[in-house]
Amino acid sequence: MIVHQFNAAGSKARQDLDDAPIIRIHDLRKSFGSLTVIDGLSFEVHRGEKLALIGPSGSGKTTILRMLMTLETISGGRIEVCGEPLYHMSRNGAEVPADEAHLHEMRRHIGMVFQHFNLFPHKSVIDNITLAPMLTQGVARADAERQARELLEMVGLADKEASMPSQLSGGQKQRVAIARALALKPEIMLFDEVTSALDPELVEEVLEVMKRLAAETDMTMLLVTHEMGFAREFADRVLFFDRGRICEQGTPEQIFTNPAQDRTRTFLRKIIAAGHRV
Amino acid sequence: MGDWTGYLLLILDGAWVTVRLTVMGCALALVVAFIAGLGRIAPWAPVRWLATAYIEIFRGTSIFVQLFWIYFVLPLTGVALTPMQAGVLALGLNVGAYGAEVVRGAILAVPRDQYEATVALNLTGWQRLRHVILPQALPLMLPTFGNNAIELLKATAVVSLISLSDMTFQAQIVRSQTGNTILPFVTILVIYFALSLLIAAIMGRIERRVTRGLDGVR
Repeated sequence: MIVHQFNAAGSKARQDLDDAPIIRIHDLRKSFGSLTVIDGLSFEVHRGEKLALIGPSGSGKTTILRMLMTLETISGGRIEVCGEPLYHMSRNGAEVPADEAHLHEMRRHIGMVFQHFNLFPHKSVIDNITLAPMLTQGVARADAERQARELLEMVGLADKEASMPSQLSGGQKQRVAIARALALKPEIMLFDEVTSALDPELVEEVLEVMKRLAAETDMTMLLVTHEMGFAREFADRVLFFDRGRICEQGTPEQIFTNPAQDRTRTFLRKIIAAGHRV
Repeated sequence: MGDWTGYLLLILDGAWVTVRLTVMGCALALVVAFIAGLGRIAPWAPVRWLATAYIEIFRGTSIFVQLFWIYFVLPLTGVALTPMQAGVLALGLNVGAYGAEVVRGAILAVPRDQYEATVALNLTGWQRLRHVILPQALPLMLPTFGNNAIELLKATAVVSLISLSDMTFQAQIVRSQTGNTILPFVTILVIYFALSLLIAAIMGRIERRVTRGLDGVR
């Protein structure tokens, strides 16, 4: 605000930066051997946007999240995160494939929650959460623990800090995993089918946490899910994927009540037939 | 029977040599196993080739041959070792080659999920290994490490071939001096067995320690 008063031009530049897409994907391709999973995909995500990626299994949704988290390499095209190429870097003026140091730098922007939680079984709940901030951001133990307790409070597990992951239910594990990813304060959070491995009665407690997160933070979130009811409530924009491409996109309202494409309609009908709520 | 005490002391002298060889051999084998085992899965190809070559050569040739090379051939290149040094080196390198495969196997047995979580949390390569992968791989290695240590104890007898008076060597001496075959060989049988029980007990303790808190996981 102060900047705005004294330096209108600077403020304008700042404004442009905020409006620039936080993720820019251009002509992205990914194949596993002869199988093409992502085929010339392009889309942008704006800062603070909540995006739901839906579609039949094998349509490439999870692969996109994994490529953003650098868990897969790309076969072609380009990804930019926060204005910088993810898989490319410049060296002596030329653009070359990114090295591990560049990936390490870029990963600071991104956090991920996995379908199977991936908690560290040999570490207590609080140690799971404090490990990365202490190692990668040099946060002192006392500060890391204070922050971890706040996060545990937020996900409703304040009494579980000393527990081992094996003592928790699936829903509790997933909430710890969310707290662990949040501890690094990423600008972008990726949620990969985070309720798919849970017993039905435990799904709600995880979704509650995510709803609160979406409402209370301006974090950019990408969500791959089969919970259509949740996608509808959570997302600003829904991307329907089919065979490695975006088949249709729009507001939840458009996609769920009035889809334009036959394939979207067919998919949603199958999902409803399978017992998922829309 | 009075003389027997003297002979028993002779065998115990040999037992002390055996114990020293075992302890130092195991220490060397452990270090070598981690270096070569990690080398086998290093991101750099030349390191992998080097580790693989070492492991295949030391698993693929007899420990007798290795000992002779270290004790008799190495001095020709100007590196002369005492029998004890040569014995420890041969035992450590031989058993370390088997241990390297144990280290590699255990690390690869840690679920891929765990590795992916460390990437998502932006840990560096070394931090991943040190804080997440090795603590989970170690409990998988220990039972086989216990076997390897006992194998090493039994293999120490080969050093008698380079004039080191270990327990087996001393028993032979006692036998040739007294003409009694049963007593010296029963004695060393019991001592070897006691030593291997001791190793098993120590490994059991370590195993319980490192798996603490992991109950219900495996």
